[in-house]
Amino acid sequence: MSETAPGKSVVPPVSLRRRVTDHVMTGLAILTVFLVLTPLVAIFGYLVYRGVGSLSWNFLTQIPKPVGEEGGGMANAIVGSVMILGIASIIGVPFGIGAGIYLAEFGRNRLGSVIRFTADVLNGVPSIVIGIVGYAIVVLYQHHFSALAGGVALAIMMVPTICRTTEEMLLLVPQALREAAYGLGVPRWRTTLSIVLRTATSGVITGVMLAFARIAGETAPLLFTTLGNQFWNLRYDQPTAALPLQIYVYANSPYEDWHRQAWAGSFILILLIVSSIAAVRYVVRRGSFGAA
Amino acid sequence: MATPAFPRPDMPGPQPVATANVNSDAVQRTPLLRTSGGERSDRIFQSAITACGFAVLGVLVLIVYELVSRSGLSWHAFGFKFFASSDWDPVNEQFGALPFIYGTLVSSLVALIIAVPLSVGVAVFTTEMCPKQLRSPLSFFVELLAAIPSVIYGLWAFFVLVPLLSGYVQPFLSKTFGWTGLFSGPPYGIGMLAAGIILAIMIIPIISSIAREVLQVVPQHQREAVLALGATRWEMIRVGVLRNARAGIVGGIILGLGRALGETMAVTMVIGNRPEIAKSLFAPGHTMASVLATEFSEATGDTYLSALIEIGLALFLVTIIVNALARLLVWTVTRGQPARGHV
Repeated sequence: MSETAPGKSVVPPVSLRRRVTDHVMTGLAILTVFLVLTPLVAIFGYLVYRGVGSLSWNFLTQIPKPVGEEGGGMANAIVGSVMILGIASIIGVPFGIGAGIYLAEFGRNRLGSVIRFTADVLNGVPSIVIGIVGYAIVVLYQHHFSALAGGVALAIMMVPTICRTTEEMLLLVPQALREAAYGLGVPRWRTTLSIVLRTATSGVITGVMLAFARIAGETAPLLFTTLGNQFWNLRYDQPTAALPLQIYVYANSPYEDWHRQAWAGSFILILLIVSSIAAVRYVVRRGSFGAA
Repeated sequence: MATPAFPRPDMPGPQPVATANVNSDAVQRTPLLRTSGGERSDRIFQSAITACGFAVLGVLVLIVYELVSRSGLSWHAFGFKFFASSDWDPVNEQFGALPFIYGTLVSSLVALIIAVPLSVGVAVFTTEMCPKQLRSPLSFFVELLAAIPSVIYGLWAFFVLVPLLSGYVQPFLSKTFGWTGLFSGPPYGIGMLAAGIILAIMIIPIISSIAREVLQVVPQHQREAVLALGATRWEMIRVGVLRNARAGIVGGIILGLGRALGETMAVTMVIGNRPEIAKSLFAPGHTMASVLATEFSEATGDTYLSALIEIGLALFLVTIIVNALARLLVWTVTRGQPARGHV
């Protein structure tokens, strides 16, 4: 080592132009990071600032006051959102997990590839188009807007996401586990449900929660399926208030008090979404089997 | 086909197990070995699971069927002229989708022009430059942007971004670049430019996370080889990394475009919702998604509704094509990493 000539004399020095370009490019890359993080910080900061300031007990417990009156809250919208998301999950989760199991365990063929590609493509369908479909297949038959229609539309959005994450998670389960189960004479359905799915539980839950977080804030598919409601409604076949819808309506209104409530509603919504993502990260960390 | 090199010796095949001869009552069977029951439940299970798989296909077919059948009225009335006419007059039942197509294309284009350099920059920084400890929190924060609902972006854009634009950015732009004609007219804040900017913020996480994925699969020895030739870090990134990841990055950009084309709520809240074609980015506009959001529930008359659904169908077809293209491009680079490699 010590005998060799010092690097300077062997390697020609890097020209000034190239060194400057290198530094400029590094600087530009750092600048882009700041430019991207600025709106994130601005949105979250402003949301917390306006949201916490507008939050009150009345907001969480009362229904909207008539136009022009101060006060009132979004209690019915919060309950309505929970209802719609519940309906969507009841329909979407089993189908999504089932389709994921199909792709992972039986889908090593052409049909599997077609379904996989379809799921990916469905993931990219604009949510407003899904709303039209919800309108066409539920509202037109029921003859009025309903929580069910919104739930169906959101379920359609959940299925492809859950399907693909479930597949990914099941594929991570070692093949040896399946073979061990077959070797003991366990039938295939038992192997899939009690060995493979069981092993991948935390990963599958991650996928479900991510799909949930994605649909929780969706507004466009609800516009002409659940329509919104200024009063309490707990029936699945009636127009229902939903948090994102109420935010949209209030933001477009000319009243300062409603704007405040829109911010408070957004704060509650983002709290719901961030906490479900945090739950995902917690599950992934704790479980032996996470998103890889 | 050639004959096998080593012909198998004549071996007795598997002999039928003589279960039939044994008195079945005398055999003690453990539950696990009861194959007949297992086979039946296996068949039931497999058909249930396959049905779930077909449900995914069914949903796509259902979407296509509903959109096509319910837009028939408008298709028969206007034909191809629907996409070439800029006449949107619900009162006289004259419908042309050109202003919406124009609005969708222009707002998405503005979004791409802003978002592409930023997201590629972030991806390059996180994979090639930043210290290891910073890498995962940074990508987490960028992906947090993707978790914010569209309506909250719209709310923020309406109350924060639009006043900023009309107060500072637009006067500056019209003074400096007013001669191009792109930045002229009264600075309302609301309009194409605001929609493009908020769309850019929304698609940055998508493009940058895909670009990051693609950069990560560029083999390490490519970087080492370029560095060994005496390249600086930027030259290594340009020659060794970006050039190899080109197709995948383009795929990510197209995926972002797909999202921008169909984005509804945030755009509806800031674009101004007027079916006009104007050269200036300051002017209000309308997109295919925003006209659906604002007019669908108030549409009176079958032709009106059918025209709106036809816009939905066009939007659906465009995003399907864009997404399929993007998936193929990303797949060619990452070789379908997420969902292959089984055994």
